[in-house]
Amino acid sequence: ILHVWLTRINFTLKLSPSVIGCREAQAFVEKFEGALGKGKGRKLYAYKVMMAKVLMGLPYGSIPRKTVPRPLLNRQFPLRCVGRRQGFMKYSVLFYGYYNDERTIGVLQFRLPLSYLLVGVGIFGYSLMVVIRTMARNANEGGDGTDEGDFNFSWKMFTSWDYLIGNPETADNKFASITTSFKESIVDEQENQKDENIHLRRFLRVLANFFILCTLGGSGYLIYFVVKRSQEFAEIDQDNLSWFEKNEVEFVMSLLGLVCPPLFETIAELEEYHPRIALKWQLGRIFALFLGNLYTFLFALFDEVNAKLENEKSIKNATITAYNEYYSNYSSFYNTTDVPPLDIQPADAIRGPCWETAVGIEFVKLTVSDIQVTYLTILIGDFLRAVLVRFLNYCWCWDLEAGFPSYGEFDISGNVLGLIFNQGMIWMGAFYAPGLVGLNVLRLLSSMYYQCWAVMSCNVPHERVFKASRSNNFYMALLLLVLFLSLLPVVYTIMTLSPSFDCGPFSGREKMYEIVMETIEKDLPAFIGNIFTYATNPGLILPAVLLMVLALYYLNALSKGYQQANLDLKKKMQMTRDEEKNRRNNKDSTNQVMKDLDDLLPNRSLIPPPEEEEPPPPVAQKGSKSPKLKPGSAANGKGVNLQKEVSLAATNPRGVVNRPPGPRGGPPGNIRGPQPGPGRGRGRGGPSSKAIGFIRGC
Amino acid sequence: MGNKQTIFSAQQLDAYQSYVPFQRLFSRYRDLAPQLVPLDYTHQPDVKLPYELIGSMPELKDNPFRQRIAEVFSEDGEGNMTLDDFLDMFSVLSEMAPRDLKAYYAFKIYDFNNDDFICKLDLVKTLNKLTRNELTEDEVRMVCEKVMDEADMDNDGRLSLEDFQHVIVRAPEFLRYRHTPQ
Repeated sequence: ILHVWLTRINFTLKLSPSVIGCREAQAFVEKFEGALGKGKGRKLYAYKVMMAKVLMGLPYGSIPRKTVPRPLLNRQFPLRCVGRRQGFMKYSVLFYGYYNDERTIGVLQFRLPLSYLLVGVGIFGYSLMVVIRTMARNANEGGDGTDEGDFNFSWKMFTSWDYLIGNPETADNKFASITTSFKESIVDEQENQKDENIHLRRFLRVLANFFILCTLGGSGYLIYFVVKRSQEFAEIDQDNLSWFEKNEVEFVMSLLGLVCPPLFETIAELEEYHPRIALKWQLGRIFALFLGNLYTFLFALFDEVNAKLENEKSIKNATITAYNEYYSNYSSFYNTTDVPPLDIQPADAIRGPCWETAVGIEFVKLTVSDIQVTYLTILIGDFLRAVLVRFLNYCWCWDLEAGFPSYGEFDISGNVLGLIFNQGMIWMGAFYAPGLVGLNVLRLLSSMYYQCWAVMSCNVPHERVFKASRSNNFYMALLLLVLFLSLLPVVYTIMTLSPSFDCGPFSGREKMYEIVMETIEKDLPAFIGNIFTYATNPGLILPAVLLMVLALYYLNALSKGYQQANLDLKKKMQMTRDEEKNRRNNKDSTNQVMKDLDDLLPNRSLIPPPEEEEPPPPVAQKGSKSPKLKPGSAANGKGVNLQKEVSLAATNPRGVVNRPPGPRGGPPGNIRGPQPGPGRGRGRGGPSSKAIGFIRGC
Repeated sequence: MGNKQTIFSAQQLDAYQSYVPFQRLFSRYRDLAPQLVPLDYTHQPDVKLPYELIGSMPELKDNPFRQRIAEVFSEDGEGNMTLDDFLDMFSVLSEMAPRDLKAYYAFKIYDFNNDDFICKLDLVKTLNKLTRNELTEDEVRMVCEKVMDEADMDNDGRLSLEDFQHVIVRAPEFLRYRHTPQ
């Protein structure tokens, strides 16, 4: 994949492959790809591209955009500036505003704006491909959560132990997981047999959903309210605000993320679902919470963006007026028309507001506060709790470990959801703050070690026994949904909002996507431009869309057909087995009846003597296996037929090989004489004694 | 190994030579009790290692079925193994053994009372060994009933070898879990 993407970057960047940045970046990625998983590789990829962009760009101070305005320069550099992401950081490479809008820069004609746009959109495309491919692969591996298979319990019992285990701790874990797996299956079985009052249940479920909707609505409103307030705060001078007021939005969002899920769980007790289904509902609700919060946040942000755009217009007007004034003053003062351009230090020039950077800042703030909350929760909620429970237990009235607080549980589904949401935020924010991706990579690395330590030292396994889905497709589906939802705002802004004129790679243009059209006109040969014009003709696009819809429909129908065929085959197999069982059952009962009749008849001598029971034929070496004779059947004359039927019904084509493999005993034909079938000679003595006999005999 | 010279007769070596890990296994066997196991096997010494030694081998000591494994492969049925038993055991547990052979021995291992059927009691014992007695009685009963239900083809209330093989042959993971590191 990396190579494909490398070639794609090369095309995008129109660089020769010998770009230093790409090489370094590739080495970097390859070094760390092993340490991180596949999912993190794609962030690394974006990071890599960003690094390349950085290396290609002009250094600090060379253009007005990259310099920090004078008032900020003069201010002291307290540490909290970095934390606040105002001040210096705003103008750093982390954010959108850093990038200049020249069409090509540097010696190698690197097309920065075009690459920025393409990479930004390409991130989504690539992520989409990866997610869907993973889902497709998982779909082949079997069902979504429900146990399938004819012999679940038998397999669990006979094949679940791993004979490779040689370590006592691993063995402990294996025992625990086997027990858990049995319990899961048992509950599954029991759920299938429960049967209760439906109406009460339905009413309770409706009630529970109503409560939950109220909670969701409440949290959405709260966020909207807080964001509005933060915009008011932004008007006031920053020094007068307390820390809480400055970070109110993020604080509230994180708090909601902590408090609402347990609330949902308590409400969900009303519903009495099967644990696996209840888990899915819970995850769905948390997801809805996250979504609601994020979109409210976004809508509130849009207001801010529009306000900034207005501001921009007024600054534009003010600058024009100021320049005209300067021009007229100069010409009237010096009485010439040849006016030298205004010479202002870059740091002193009036700067237009940059809404993209503002949005980027918000996302970075959100991510950072998310990180902080996660780390703090683990530290306090798990570690501190474990320390207290362990040490206070000696002098406390009740058993802390078994009773109330006890140790924290490691909640797998909660953590996976957290990862998914984090990824969603990164997807949204990456376009406005490219450095966010790098930040997140660092965060993932550090939190992996941190959480690993926390789990091993302070957590106990979760009591709940169910996974949301066996193949993780449920989580991948959530991820896909999150991907689409984070795609929407970004695509909307690319298509509709106009970029700020004073910052960013797209400044000066009406819409961001115009850069693509510019490139097609100016850089690519003429006929490609024609091709694109034809291709974007609605007359061509509509039929293409129609075709895709039809293909979707057809494939869907095909897959349904296959599923149905599968089910039919399974049913058939089940029926055959049941038939066999019944047939043998009937044999038994008729035999029993026959026996009773025999006993009842007065003169036994009148009964024809029972047929001679043929001894079961000696088993051919590797042929059919000799069937086991049922004790009951020996009494009557049906022995032979029974034998045949049994051997027809349940043939194991491979036969039973009941001796040790050849290597020990040389050519098989030699040592083994007529082998007693498994139906006979059941003593232990069989195979090995023969081997020993051979060895001793020779 | 080292400076120890193991002595086997030519025929024995013939018999063993195609069994590749033989030397390794023999030295493992010997290491369990060097004072009991002679280096010279030409006269087929009648040496049996008691079960306690076998059960303490690293490959087996965490296995819940180690006692049954030893009993199944030992001549006397008590777990005391001769060299041949020892070799038998590891050859069946190795990756080279055919699936049906493994299934046959698995059946014997799970058959606690050695009556060539896996009855309900055997199932209960197997389950308890697997879960270290962590399931309640009800749960154990339920599981055993389900297993009997699923696997018992001829409906006689116990699993015969055919029933067992019928189930195992279709199990997706059976083969992967019966390797022994050599």
